[in-house]
Amino acid sequence: MDFSFVLGQSITQALGVTAIIYCLAAMGLNLQFGYTGLLNFGQVAFAAIGAYSVGVIVISFGASLWAAIPIGLLASVALALILGIPTLRLRADYLAIVTIATSEIIRLLVRSIALRDTFGGANGINGKMGQAFHDLNPYHADIDLPFLTWTRQDLWVVTVGWTLIAIFTLATWLLVRSPWGRVVKGIREDENAVVSLGKNAYVYKMQALILGGLLGTVGGIVWAIAKQSVQPDNFVPDVTFFSYTILLLGGAARVFGPIVGAIIFWFLLVFVGEFLNQMIAAGWITFLLPTDVGPIRFILVGLGLMGLMIFRPQGIFGDKRELALDAR
Amino acid sequence: MTARGISIQTGTKPRLVIGVLLSAITALLLLAFAPSAAADGTAVVGTLAGPDGAPLAGVSLTVEGPGFTEGAISGADGTFRIEVPKGGTYQLSVDETSLPAGISFSKPADQSRSILVLSGNKKVLFAFASGDSGAASSTSSFTWARISQLLMDGLFFGILIALGAVGLNLIFGTTGLTNFSHGELLTLGAFTAIVLNELGLNLIIAAPLAVVISAILWGWGQNKVLWKPLRRRKTGLIASMVVTIGLAITIRYVLLLFFGGSPRSYQQFAGQSGMEFGPVSVTPKSIVFAILAAIAIAATVLWLQRSRIGKATRAVSDNPALASATGIDVERVISVVWILGAGLAAFAGIYLGSTQDVTWNMGQRLLLVMFAAVTLGGLGTIYGAIVGALVVGMFVQLSTLFIPTEMKTVGALFLMIIILLVRPQGILGRRERVG
Repeated sequence: MDFSFVLGQSITQALGVTAIIYCLAAMGLNLQFGYTGLLNFGQVAFAAIGAYSVGVIVISFGASLWAAIPIGLLASVALALILGIPTLRLRADYLAIVTIATSEIIRLLVRSIALRDTFGGANGINGKMGQAFHDLNPYHADIDLPFLTWTRQDLWVVTVGWTLIAIFTLATWLLVRSPWGRVVKGIREDENAVVSLGKNAYVYKMQALILGGLLGTVGGIVWAIAKQSVQPDNFVPDVTFFSYTILLLGGAARVFGPIVGAIIFWFLLVFVGEFLNQMIAAGWITFLLPTDVGPIRFILVGLGLMGLMIFRPQGIFGDKRELALDAR
Repeated sequence: MTARGISIQTGTKPRLVIGVLLSAITALLLLAFAPSAAADGTAVVGTLAGPDGAPLAGVSLTVEGPGFTEGAISGADGTFRIEVPKGGTYQLSVDETSLPAGISFSKPADQSRSILVLSGNKKVLFAFASGDSGAASSTSSFTWARISQLLMDGLFFGILIALGAVGLNLIFGTTGLTNFSHGELLTLGAFTAIVLNELGLNLIIAAPLAVVISAILWGWGQNKVLWKPLRRRKTGLIASMVVTIGLAITIRYVLLLFFGGSPRSYQQFAGQSGMEFGPVSVTPKSIVFAILAAIAIAATVLWLQRSRIGKATRAVSDNPALASATGIDVERVISVVWILGAGLAAFAGIYLGSTQDVTWNMGQRLLLVMFAAVTLGGLGTIYGAIVGALVVGMFVQLSTLFIPTEMKTVGALFLMIIILLVRPQGILGRRERVG
């Protein structure tokens, strides 16, 4: 068994493109769920909007990537408004149901036969949609360190991705310690108290929904650029729940929570998967098939999500006093 | 229904029809409630059409089943007809070399498809690719036969949703928990029945037994092991909602791990031919299931209205603190509600598994439709769940008159969002609940 391969894969993935995408989605959830207490179960819809904006505008319409990114962000704001207007005045569970439903509506629409010419149906959109970004790549060679292997393209995406995360983390930090941050935290703890102080809670919740959605959309844009392919069935609700697990793992309502969460989450997930694969290949585990590894990883995520929420809702580094979540 | 590339035959007698649609569509196996489609005898019937909608003539097809192989060549109008001895699962393959030049399958796997020949309610879509693809949206025809069939299907679908939605709403009403793992209660029920069925029990015995086992194991047991301790820890409702998500993921993938991803079906009543009532065609098992389901729902309503514990349930649903103060054992009521909810959900799962397939994610696919029903009727109101389910069931089926069948769930979810805009408390909900 090649243990260093397992470890190398885990480290590469923990810092890699997928971790960046999920980290961005979880940062959005941190603003919405962690700080404002909004139960957005449709974060994947915002990621899908970002990814499909790039795919549709660059590949289907042949326009520039630099036009696609702002359009994607605008579409994301529009989606947040559409979601928020009917539900933000209602109780938390309505927002949860409507957001998860919307994420499925979007997925079913983009994979439909009727809109196949634009969205590519079940096969999605494939093509060099991120070329304009990759043309700016300053790196000349792949990286091949003992525990870190990226192609030249991935290295460029990873560099920009973590830079973006650093900027957004700083912005989040500034935002949540501003008066705005105190109001949204107040809404999370007791909305009526905030309303009685003359704050329009609805507007603040809407702003949090929009900002969090934008972060998810940036994740989707990174997805399209890095993978050069968007497929509807990548955007299932499970992506949202992976992001929740990441957020809870790192600690909700903590500025660095999503970053820590994403790195630990992907390290563990890849480590378990590769470790089991190697054990099976080496014949040390005979009661499992290689195809069983995927479900086992999902089971661990499910159990992890339940366990974290029950036993340690503040996450590994969170502060329990910071977070008193309740719906009614 | 006349869709581009679809042809559905009509006739009488034991009618087993497959409308085979071959056109420039992405691979998709579509479960559609096509209108009363029939031909003389049991046969696989269909029309081959290319991406541009033109019929494909001279294409050779083969249908293979247990101890049965039959081939056919599509006629000048693209139609073919292959007689099969009885209902069941068959493999329909198209000889790719016989396709006209410039046309091929967009996915090689589509060349040969497994089809379940039942009553007239299944279409098989094959994906063909060619130079440029034509949009293959279906336009619908409004015939009374079609509308009455859709109404019938909608009613049955509504009753099925109601089974799940009543439990969902009872649990919400008494505990405040929005249960995102309720779909998995359907799946668990269907799989419990599969296990009993594969152990050799006839479905007639396995189904009620599975309902009882599910009610105890997945309902009472789940409440006892998970939710009661969580209530004692005073876990918040939002946190509990996230826990239901984790539970749903866990259950789904445990089932996938142990049972695999391929669909299963019960050993009895698998390939049933439909019975005809005027323009409407229904399989006997659907009728039996729908009647039993209606009885179960009616019994639940009666139980809530008349019995002591039923009245207590309504009281807890109304105001748990007040109910507790008047001497009602709230925890006992919640236990009963979980047992009832899981039992009804298991029944729904077996119903769904018997009329379609048993798969590891069958409940998940229905969850949002159940939520749509519950939201429509009013979250927390039991009668609202029933009304909402029937409306959503009808709406989903009738919407296929205007929108492609693959989009029918989208229609139901849109309906839910619009209801939230205009009447957030739902049809039968009370304003105060929404808060």
